[in-house]
Amino acid sequence: MRKEIRFTGFGGQGIILSGFIYGKAAAIFGGKNATMTQSYGPEARGGACSSDVVIEDGPVSFPEVTAPEIMVVMSRDAYNTHKKLIRKGVRVFYDQDLVQVEEGLGAEFIPIPSLKIAEGLGKKIVANIVMLGALAAGSDMVPKDAVKQAILSTVPPATKELNEKAFEAGYAQAKQVLEKIKA
Amino acid sequence: MRGAVLTGAHFMNGDIAAAEGAIAAGCRFFAGYPITPATEVTERMAERLPEVNGRYIQMEDEIGSMAAILGASAAGMKSMTSTSGPGFSLMMENIGLGAMMEIPCVVLDVQRGGPSTGLPTLVAQQDMMQARWGSHGDYALVAYCPNSPQEMFNLAIQAFNTAEKYRIPALIMADESIGHMTEKVVIPEQGAIHLVGRKKPTVPPEQYVPFRPDEDLIPPMALAGEGYFVRMTGLTHDEYGRPAINLDAQTKLIPRLTEKIHKHASDIIEYEEMQMEDADVVVVAYGITSRCVRRSVELARKDGVRAGLFRLITAWPFPEKKVKELASRVKAFVVPEINLGQMVLEVERAVAGRVPVRSVTYHGGGLPSPELTYKTIIEVAK
Repeated sequence: MRKEIRFTGFGGQGIILSGFIYGKAAAIFGGKNATMTQSYGPEARGGACSSDVVIEDGPVSFPEVTAPEIMVVMSRDAYNTHKKLIRKGVRVFYDQDLVQVEEGLGAEFIPIPSLKIAEGLGKKIVANIVMLGALAAGSDMVPKDAVKQAILSTVPPATKELNEKAFEAGYAQAKQVLEKIKA
Repeated sequence: MRGAVLTGAHFMNGDIAAAEGAIAAGCRFFAGYPITPATEVTERMAERLPEVNGRYIQMEDEIGSMAAILGASAAGMKSMTSTSGPGFSLMMENIGLGAMMEIPCVVLDVQRGGPSTGLPTLVAQQDMMQARWGSHGDYALVAYCPNSPQEMFNLAIQAFNTAEKYRIPALIMADESIGHMTEKVVIPEQGAIHLVGRKKPTVPPEQYVPFRPDEDLIPPMALAGEGYFVRMTGLTHDEYGRPAINLDAQTKLIPRLTEKIHKHASDIIEYEEMQMEDADVVVVAYGITSRCVRRSVELARKDGVRAGLFRLITAWPFPEKKVKELASRVKAFVVPEINLGQMVLEVERAVAGRVPVRSVTYHGGGLPSPELTYKTIIEVAK
């Protein structure tokens, strides 16, 4: 079964790292095949940037995302650039303080104030890890523990505790939002 | 400090995997000039070689890079460089020098769109004929086409083994997509990695004739500094390595440079067959294209067309015999590639008009769409 996910935002938010960690979680700790690709070129330097992860039980043939099941959107620019992929059946994790989304696209929007949560933990830089926590709660593509292991084996040792907190905070936030949506 | 072989499962991109494969193969000298999309190879080598007592030099350009690795290899170091389109063009003259002086080394070309500066960050497969014919004069080399980061690792080792065994520059013709994609790469234990070293002279220095080939057409190679008298020149030379600008020397030397590869072609050639047992339409592809068109083959099968995929792992030497044999039992060939038709010329040559051969051309700058190749499969199957 092929699963596609696209991470989007602007350069410096850790969008590429998010894709790397999620792909690593699937491929190294989740027992799947996964391919991560990223946008290159001038648009990847400061402007909108994105990374794609394709997960398969068998080998991954076409390595890029064409119809994502999940999208992570962390900037207004990225939202506009990738809006054409947002449609019915897509679950979109977005930061409501950075992005305004339009209802009517048929997608399921999950607001995660990742930047605020990260600021609350003392470091804006972990907003992407907050999002990965949310993703772990809101998708069964990769088990929660695999995502956590991928984070902890990737980040610098001195930042492990902070990153773990960010991950758990994102996870808890998404659980809450999802329960509300259900109810 | 990390060791030379990073045994275990890693999530790494193709460029980095190629660098790790090279180091695992014993490469301890890298001279290069960073260029997108091969920059990560250079970066990784700069970081890793000092950890394993190797040497990394950033050269003034690609001409110097190629010259430096030839010199290092002549002194006994397994050596490598990496580049992309414009740099590959600059390396051509010294690749010919390597072929002429029979110096083992590995050149990795992570192909991007050309000609000229072209598309620095975007994929193409436009250097395939250049890999075969890019330097002047007659010679033959070996070129591999990896289609995953795992294969970047594996074929880097294989390229070193081939370079050492046949005393040639061995080429790895990767592409931007494979170089930049990140996947799981499993690195085995050091003991499980099969390595081949160059053939050394078995005679004392006074009896050594540096370019006198054995029966396999490959002369044993003494290293500079080992006590043997070693002469090397880009000029046509006799068996002693002395310049010999005449018909006789040219007749002895030049056919051998090509023949030493062709004689061993069946040992060198590698390919992969998928759903080929009952195939009527054979898709011939390599590198990233071979992955994208797996989907085309699946779609055609769903429509009841018996399609199969023949993937080139070595582009050069081309698996001519195998394609000839296929041409006697299949109905058509479809050859998708990210260029305006390069390896398709080899397929046409081998098929020699027995069945139709259709070229599917992608211009570069994006991944090949599986639909276009699928449509061509359906058309030729009618």
